[in-house]
Amino acid sequence: MRPFAVIEAAATGVEHVSKKAVWNCQMCGQCVLHSTGMTCPMNCPKTLRNGPCGGVRPDGGCEVKPEMRCVWLKGYERSQSMPLLPQGWRDHFNHLRPPLDNSLKGTSSWKNLLTKRDRQRPAGWKADEGH
Amino acid sequence: MSVLADKLATGEQIITGELPVVDSGGLDAVRRAYEPYAQWCDAMNATDNTAAHAHASNVSVAIAMMRLEIEPIMQVVCRDKNRLAIQADIVGAALHGVENICCLTGDDITAGDEPESRRVFDLDGPTLVAVASGLARGEYLSGRPLDPPPPLVIGAVENPGAPPLAYRAHRALKKVLAGARFLQLQICYEEPALEQFMAECVRLGVTEKAAVLPSICLAGGVRAFSFMNDEVPGISVPQPVIDRIAGAQTPKEEAFELACEQAEHALSLPGVRGLHLISFRKDDAVARLCERVGIPTRQERASVGHGSHVTV
Repeated sequence: MRPFAVIEAAATGVEHVSKKAVWNCQMCGQCVLHSTGMTCPMNCPKTLRNGPCGGVRPDGGCEVKPEMRCVWLKGYERSQSMPLLPQGWRDHFNHLRPPLDNSLKGTSSWKNLLTKRDRQRPAGWKADEGH
Repeated sequence: MSVLADKLATGEQIITGELPVVDSGGLDAVRRAYEPYAQWCDAMNATDNTAAHAHASNVSVAIAMMRLEIEPIMQVVCRDKNRLAIQADIVGAALHGVENICCLTGDDITAGDEPESRRVFDLDGPTLVAVASGLARGEYLSGRPLDPPPPLVIGAVENPGAPPLAYRAHRALKKVLAGARFLQLQICYEEPALEQFMAECVRLGVTEKAAVLPSICLAGGVRAFSFMNDEVPGISVPQPVIDRIAGAQTPKEEAFELACEQAEHALSLPGVRGLHLISFRKDDAVARLCERVGIPTRQERASVGHGSHVTV
């Protein structure tokens, strides 16, 4: 194994173990935790990336799993009130996030962040994330 | 140009309706389903496997409507198909002249009668709006050109009554910024929630860019309300409402009265451009409601435009 491949495999393993424990990370490879109130949207049964669907129950329960609090409701509340969260990250909550890049599943989002691989968009995606 | 596009541009009142689901029976079945709405609605939704039950497809019903000279709004949900299939449906329907589309995330498969299915959600409501906007601009999501571009009129939905209430108008704005020009709202039995949502939509500028249409449901009796409350994701019917219908001498009439009150309330709110009508009844309730709350017929409205101008 090449040295870089070893480092990459180790980093991916560390990322998976640590983020799984804290955020129940699903290793989508394109982490958006900072813009979702540090709440992993891949735990939404519909894997939505752009906020809560219209099925949230009056008590805040998930449409699909009523006993679970809506992932996006938690994310919204945390993005509003979590201490130490930079204002920019709070504002990111309303940004339009692109469709998931399914080819990145299982890869390290840390590596994809460093290499800017997670910034690649399909050529026809013109929606500005900053609006 | 679609009638809906025309009305969006002129700022007229817009009344849309939900075509009851069609399974079989040919064009006659579509014609019959349309009959109660015919005089009143500018365009009708061809639903997409509504409540996660399989029916004649959104594309096929929209095309059937074109053949019957009914203006369709083709609903597109993200639950059953990936981005390839969804784009193919939109451009394929547009090939037949279906220009109005309404983008939804969609109820989960657990709401339907085949909960063993695989859920897809490759896109979500807001990204679907953005992808459709790309098609209307002349390119697939991949960047591959689409020439000439289909002249799509893109809409979306929002639920004013689902938590987090304070966020819902922001989500509506996200869809509008992605290209939605009309928003059909989920049925809402909480008047304060609808008021809060509309006030926020006005404040955020949603209503300047898109026609917001609250939904009014014409239900037949107390069972329909219980069904919506228990089985339909995103709709909650408060117990006092159910008690009111159940305790009435004629529940069917009381349900009609409730719908009229809701329609009048919705139309009184600043920023509301019209209504989306959903009838579970086979009688003339749609016509009676429109007459009661002062909605002119389609033809009458065509000659007297009113409302605020919407930038297109």
